[in-house]
Amino acid sequence: MRDFDYIRPATIPDAVAAAAQPGSAYLAGGTNLLDLMKGGITSPERIVDITRLPELDRVEELPEGGLRIGALVRNADLAHDPSFAKAYPAVAEALLSGASAQLRNAATVGGNLLQRTRCSYFYDTASPCNRREPGSGCSALHGENRLHAVLGWSEACIATHPSDFCVPLVALDAVVEIEGKDGRRHVTLEEFHRLPGQTPQRETVLEPGDLIVAVRLPAEAASFAANARYLKVRERTSYAFAVVSAAAALTVEGGRIRAARLALGGVAAKPWRARAAEALLIGAPAEEASFLRAADAALAEATPSGDNAFKIELARRIVVRALTSALAGTPALMPALPASPFSNIPGARHDA
Amino acid sequence: MTSLPITLTINGLRHDLEIEPRVTLLDLLRERLDLTGTKKGCDRGQCGACTVLVDGRRVNSCLALAVSHDGAEILTIEGVAQGEDLHPVQAAFIAHDGFQCGFCTPGQIMSTLGLIAEGQAGDDPERIREGLSGNLCRCAAYGGIVEAVLEAQQNMAKSDRRTAA
Repeated sequence: MRDFDYIRPATIPDAVAAAAQPGSAYLAGGTNLLDLMKGGITSPERIVDITRLPELDRVEELPEGGLRIGALVRNADLAHDPSFAKAYPAVAEALLSGASAQLRNAATVGGNLLQRTRCSYFYDTASPCNRREPGSGCSALHGENRLHAVLGWSEACIATHPSDFCVPLVALDAVVEIEGKDGRRHVTLEEFHRLPGQTPQRETVLEPGDLIVAVRLPAEAASFAANARYLKVRERTSYAFAVVSAAAALTVEGGRIRAARLALGGVAAKPWRARAAEALLIGAPAEEASFLRAADAALAEATPSGDNAFKIELARRIVVRALTSALAGTPALMPALPASPFSNIPGARHDA
Repeated sequence: MTSLPITLTINGLRHDLEIEPRVTLLDLLRERLDLTGTKKGCDRGQCGACTVLVDGRRVNSCLALAVSHDGAEILTIEGVAQGEDLHPVQAAFIAHDGFQCGFCTPGQIMSTLGLIAEGQAGDDPERIREGLSGNLCRCAAYGGIVEAVLEAQQNMAKSDRRTAA
């Protein structure tokens, strides 16, 4: 790891001023940043350690309803907070399906949003990568790309965003609270991450110095608590990034869908909100035929970026299964465990 | 950059240290303090061999900058036994052959201590496997590890009941 200056500001304005200097990077849990620094993918000259900033590790109910989750809340603490898991079960399920227990103990809410793609060419400094080195080319486009994007990709970059947490968050209309040089502003999570286009190096709307201080969930997000799921397909039982994942949330009245939320993970450079599918679901009978139509709508624009056409059909099936599971109801025990070859307890509990 | 002063309490002992900011907690333990029980496997947060408890929580020490943990309490494998008396988790790993080569074992044991403290897995082997998925064992001693965790939990619960009585 290259040498760097280290500062630990005591206030948010001090942190923003320090991080606005070129070559700076914020440090919170460090679980992705240190990995990137050890590999030489990023080499900040100045680390701004925000772990001691006051009041960013709180979860607060908002007076107008909804929840404000401080950027430094650790993934494990949020997922295991009983009232949080009860109100936002798909978010807890997504958190607990990500990384390992050790990483979830360190990784933060803000850091999860800002984690970088796990495209192997992005991590290999000997390979051209437009995201790491603009203009150098995309090695994945004609390389090993079976896990790459099928939605929203460009010839410049076919990487995916690796977060699980962001998938139910974007489905539930989460908003990112950002402190910058010109004060505080709010950006929806849907707008927060950018698609690659010709500038894949610009991954989010953040400007130099901008600090995520919180993520907000609107009051309506808790209305899906009884019928919300996050399903994730991995190449091994646990501790792996998603090949494809889906967050589904429904409210159902008299056999008809009154409200629906759907988002996909592992398919694009951002958590992918499937609004066209949601529109088809609203008012439709709560049954498999509706879910199949929604799945087709969610993947209507999908195209393979390489050897990954299978992900499109896989994503359709995961959408149907996530909606079916959401309709069946949120499980009492979180997380529902992934199907394991060791499991001797078959049944609905091991169904992800 | 020049070294910075930090204080860490490691296995109950206070250490006043001067370290470069780029030193990870893992390298500090192994290279500066000769606490080589904590292992460096992948050094990238993928294998769990470097697991220690920081303020009672299991983390990958390879992905922690020591300077950022100024003031923390660290427990490593060297601080787990009481003199010659093994911790129930250590004894159970031996009783159930929860290892072959032993390289991942300090991390497995520290992760197990974290798992039991978190109290999320209960006595469901499937949840224990899920809760320990951040610790790889290249010898694949997983069967013995899960048995060891189950027995250690039972013994610790019995011992807690005796203490309470």
